[in-house]
Amino acid sequence: MSALVQLTDVSKRYDGAAALQPTDLSIERGKTTVLIGPSGCGKSTLLRLMIRLIEPDSGTIEFDGAPITPDKIDLLRRRIGYVIQEGGLFPHLTARANVLLMARHLRKPESESRQRLAELCVLTRFSENLLGHYPVELSGGQRQRVSLMRALMLSPELLLLDEPLGALDPLVRAALQKDLKEIFARLQQTALLVTHDLAEAAYLGHEIVLMNEGRIVQRGSIVDLREKPASSFVTEFINAQRSLAVI
Amino acid sequence: MKRIWNPGIQELCRSILFFSCFLGFQIFNSSAFPAEKIVIGSKKFTESYVLGEIAKRTLNDAGIPAEHRQGMGGTIILWEALRTGQIDAYPEYTGTIAEEILKNRLRSRREPRDAEGQRESVDERDRVNQSTSPAKMREALAKSGVGMTASLGFNNTYALVMRRDKAQSLGLLKISDLRNHPELKIGLTHEFLDRQDGWRPLVARYQLNPRSVIGIDHALGYAALKNGSIDVKDAYSTDAKIVQYDLVTLEDDSQFFPRYDAIFLYRLALPGSTIAALRKLEGTLNEQKMIRLNATAERTKDYTRAASLYFGDAARSTSPGGGESFSHKLARWTSRHLELAGFSLLLSVIVGVPLGIWASRGGAIGQVILGFTGVVQTIPSLALLALLVPLPFFGISARTAIAALFLYGLLPIVRNTATGLQDIPRSLRESAIALGLEPGARLRKIFLPIASRSILGGIKTSAVINVGTATLAALIGAGGLGEPILSGLNLNDHVTILQGAIPAAVLALLVQGLFDLLDRVLIPKGLRL
Repeated sequence: MSALVQLTDVSKRYDGAAALQPTDLSIERGKTTVLIGPSGCGKSTLLRLMIRLIEPDSGTIEFDGAPITPDKIDLLRRRIGYVIQEGGLFPHLTARANVLLMARHLRKPESESRQRLAELCVLTRFSENLLGHYPVELSGGQRQRVSLMRALMLSPELLLLDEPLGALDPLVRAALQKDLKEIFARLQQTALLVTHDLAEAAYLGHEIVLMNEGRIVQRGSIVDLREKPASSFVTEFINAQRSLAVI
Repeated sequence: MKRIWNPGIQELCRSILFFSCFLGFQIFNSSAFPAEKIVIGSKKFTESYVLGEIAKRTLNDAGIPAEHRQGMGGTIILWEALRTGQIDAYPEYTGTIAEEILKNRLRSRREPRDAEGQRESVDERDRVNQSTSPAKMREALAKSGVGMTASLGFNNTYALVMRRDKAQSLGLLKISDLRNHPELKIGLTHEFLDRQDGWRPLVARYQLNPRSVIGIDHALGYAALKNGSIDVKDAYSTDAKIVQYDLVTLEDDSQFFPRYDAIFLYRLALPGSTIAALRKLEGTLNEQKMIRLNATAERTKDYTRAASLYFGDAARSTSPGGGESFSHKLARWTSRHLELAGFSLLLSVIVGVPLGIWASRGGAIGQVILGFTGVVQTIPSLALLALLVPLPFFGISARTAIAALFLYGLLPIVRNTATGLQDIPRSLRESAIALGLEPGARLRKIFLPIASRSILGGIKTSAVINVGTATLAALIGAGGLGEPILSGLNLNDHVTILQGAIPAAVLALLVQGLFDLLDRVLIPKGLRL
C-alpha cells in the first residue's frame, strides 16, 4: 500500500533562515505518525506545508498519488482535518454550527449531517446538550473535542493535529490522549500529530519522527530511538524528557 | 446563529438599499432640476436675505417664477455659484466686487509683484479703487458672463462700531482715535480679517497697534460687544443692530473704506424680461429704508415680511415659509436632515466596508486607502464644502452636502473594518483556510461576522458624526436642522438656534440608541457573551 502523503525534497525558508531543510517524508495510511522535536525544529512548518497554509520553496508534496496544485487546494483541504492548539473554533458560531459549518457550506443533506454529528459526539465523548453552547461557554478540553469533531465531520482521509493538547491541564490532557488513541484506532484514521512531549508521542504514535533544526534526525518507534539513537542529539532529547518525568 | 445572521443582514441591506434609492431619487429630483425657476442666491447675513426676498417677489410680480436660496455662504461661494450658473442672480456690493471678485483680474493688468496682495501699499490700493469705475467693472464682469445693475440706492460700507457708553467714556469719535487705545479688544468677522480692503490695510492706513484682535462670527460679535468681551467690531453701515444695541460708528476720518453700493449681479444669459425686472429695483432703496427693513427682519425673524415692507404692504406675511407652522418646519428640517445624514452614511458604508476589507490586507494599497481617508478627515468641513461647490456636478445642492458627509463618514468605517479584520487571531484565520472554505465564503461566513462589532462601531461613529455635521449643509443652502441654527446665529436669536440645535442633539442620541439596538441584532451572540 502506497503512502497517503509523500513529501519529496521539500524545503521552506523564512526571511532567509531555513525553517525546513530539503526533506523527504511519507505518511502511511491508517497509521498515526508523530512529529516531535524542540521548538523551532520545523515540525509545525511541515504540517502547515501539507495543508498549504504556507507554500514550499522547493520540492513536491503528493496527496493520494497526485501532486497538490493551487487551483484545487480547497477541494484537497476538505479531505484533510486540521486541529490546532487553541482549537480554532469560530467564536460567533455555536459548537454545533462550528462542526456543521463545512457540511452546510457544501449543502450536504441536513439529516445525514445530524446523524454524523451524533456519532461524533459519542466518539469524542462530548455531551449533545452542550452543542448549543458558544466556544466561550466551553472548557478547554470541551473545545478541543468540538474542534476534533469539526475536523472529522467530513470523514477526512488525513487528520493533522498541531499540538492539540498543548494548552490543557494534565488531567484533561491524559483523558484526551486516551480518547484520541481509541478514536484513531476505531476509525483506522491516518493521522499526523505534532507534539513536543515524548510520552505523548510514545503513547499515540505508531511511528515517531524526531526533528531538529529543520531536519529529520531519526524516524522509528520509541524503542528504536532509545536503543539505536542516530545521533547524540536523539539521546540528549530522550534523556531531557525522561529526567523531567523523574522529577 | 448563522441562519439568523444571514437572512437578517440581507433583509436589512435590501430595505436600506431600497429606501436610499428612493431618497436619492427624491434628492436628485428636488435639487438637480429646479423646474426652470430663476434662482436668487443670498449671502449669510440679514440684509442679503432681505434683498434676495425683494428680488424674488419682484420677479414673481412680473410673472417670472423665482425661488430664493437663503444664506448660501460668503462671497466666493455665491460668485462661483453665479458664474457656473447654479444661481441666476444675487445681491452684491460694488466694493466687494472690486476688492474680492475682480482683484486678480484688475491687478494683473498692473504690476506682477502686486500679486503679493496684502503687502501692497495703501496708495496702490486706492488706485485700484479709483480705477474700478462701474463701466470698467461691468466690462470685467462680462468676461465671466455676469451683468450688474446700477446701485439700488444705498451705500452699505464697512464701519467700526463700539458701545456708546464705552466710546463716550474714552472720548472716541474717529477710527484714528483708536491709535491711543491699543488696549481695546477688537473682534472682527473672519471675512473682514482676510479681505483686501479689510483689517490689515486699515491698520496700516491708520497706524493702529491693537494688542488683541480675534476673529468672531458677525452675529455672535454683537453679543460679545454687548457683554464687553470685545470693545470694537466691524459692521455694515446699514446694520439694524447698530440702532438696536445703541452702538456708535467710528468716523472713517481717513476715508479708508471704499463705497459699497448695493447692486444685483445676474447672469447675462438670463432673458431680457428677467433682467429688466431686476433693474426696476435700481435706486429704490436708501440707507434709512434699508436699516428699517433690516430691523423688521431681525425683530420678526421673517425676511418675507421685511421684504413686503419694501413693496408698501402692511407688515403681513405673504410667503408660505412665513406662515408655516413650527411643527411643519421642524418636520421639514428633520426629514431633510435625516435624508442628508442617512443617504451619505449609506454611501459611506457601501464604499467604506469594501475599502476597509481591501485596506486590511495591508501593503501599499492599504496604506494609500487609510492615508487618503485620514487626510480627508483633516480638511475642515467648511473648506471641504467650499472646495466641492465650484465642481460641475456638485454646486450649491444637497449633492454637495451628501458628498462631503460621505467623505467624512468614510474614515471611521474604513479604519474599523480594517482593524476589525486584522485583529482576527491567526489561528482563526488559518482554521477558516484549512477547512477548505473559498476566499469569498471565508470573508462572508467567518471574518466579517467576527469583525462585526468593530465594523458596526465604525458605522455608529460615522452616523453620529454625520448627524452632527449635517447641520453645516445649511451653509450651502442644502437645508436640514442647520437652517434654524444658521438664521438664529444671523439674527442673534437663541430661541431659533435652539429650534435646530435641540432636535439635532436629540437625533444624535436617537441614532446612538438605534445603533445600540442594531448591535444586539447584528453582532452574533457568541461574540457578546
